[in-house]
Amino acid sequence: MNRPEVNKDFKIKSSKELPCGTYGQAMLLTETMEGWRSERPVIHNEQCIHCNWCYMVCPEGVIYKEGNEMKIDYRFCKGCGICQKECKKGCIELILEGGE
Amino acid sequence: MAVALDEKEYFYGHKGCAGCGGSLAVRLALKTLGENTFVVVPAGCMSAVGFVYPQLCFGVNALISPFASTGAMLSGVAVAAKALGFDDVNVVGFAGDGGTADIGLQALSGAIDRDDNIIYICYDNEAYMNTGIQQSSLTPYGTKTTTSPAGEHIHGSQNVKKDMFDIIAAHKIKYAATASIGNIPDYIRKVEKASKVKGAAYIHVAAPCPTGWGIASSDTIAIAREAIECGLWYLAEYENDEYTLNKPVKNFSSIEMYLKKQARFKHLTDEDIQTITQLRDRKWEELERRINRG
Repeated sequence: MNRPEVNKDFKIKSSKELPCGTYGQAMLLTETMEGWRSERPVIHNEQCIHCNWCYMVCPEGVIYKEGNEMKIDYRFCKGCGICQKECKKGCIELILEGGE
Repeated sequence: MAVALDEKEYFYGHKGCAGCGGSLAVRLALKTLGENTFVVVPAGCMSAVGFVYPQLCFGVNALISPFASTGAMLSGVAVAAKALGFDDVNVVGFAGDGGTADIGLQALSGAIDRDDNIIYICYDNEAYMNTGIQQSSLTPYGTKTTTSPAGEHIHGSQNVKKDMFDIIAAHKIKYAATASIGNIPDYIRKVEKASKVKGAAYIHVAAPCPTGWGIASSDTIAIAREAIECGLWYLAEYENDEYTLNKPVKNFSSIEMYLKKQARFKHLTDEDIQTITQLRDRKWEELERRINRG
């Protein structure tokens, strides 16, 4: 997966560990956003024509191509549904989280 | 697609609302500009969702500027980059509509006047969304916001949307453009073009906000597209003293259909829609007069 890594163990134990001045490490990800989602998009790759449009329109940038498949980084997908609405082939489906 | 996008993500894991148009504009611009980019963001959604320590979502050098001084800070970064001998870097600012047209206007004006090598991108969601949907000077006529509520006598905002593109073009800037996330290839092409300009460049990108506009989170791009189709937004460019209209619209789609899809326009009467149609027609006559038909 070519997506950024998340360091969930990141903890600030004392104020001495806070960045000095108003800067910190770029792309420091310490939490994920899967809990924001009520619906989960699923890509049916057998119908996909690899137009990359879902990759373009995703505000989170969680859709990516790996090998011959489009994949979704579910750690950060908020389930907005833009990909499902914009997919020209209709091969993205929204499934209610928690359901079957 | 003509422009090859960087595969890496430079704005990832942010805390914007689901379906946020502004964060899509930022993400695509950074993917177009690539790794050698310095970002300045003033107070507004993008700094609020991008820097929630310890979650830092920009993958490039990014810093928050005071609200009024995005343009000044961009100038400073551009000059510092030059002094350090970085000659292949982009210096880009992402400000909202309030941070551009109201609060940051003088700093932007100064930066364009100095013609520093910067790109200024205004993501226009038509109100102060970050602080809870207050009216800005880019809020269109008739919009319901928390500071321009829709009542029995006054139906939302009575101000007409300020024409930022014209204000910027009047500076005789090197490159200015309007874009929309409803037309992504066009937006990416314009960001690419702005990065090639030696001097100041300005892009005004329409970026709907599902929370503030009262639309479903999946409709962000569709509604931006519809705004272009019904003529309430236009795609144009200004360079070398000439205006170009990128997508001339022959037959406008229904304004009413566009407005009634959004909760912020639900209260509008037929007369209000008539007024908005007149404003649109006047704007397009003005555009027709000045565009370059080359």
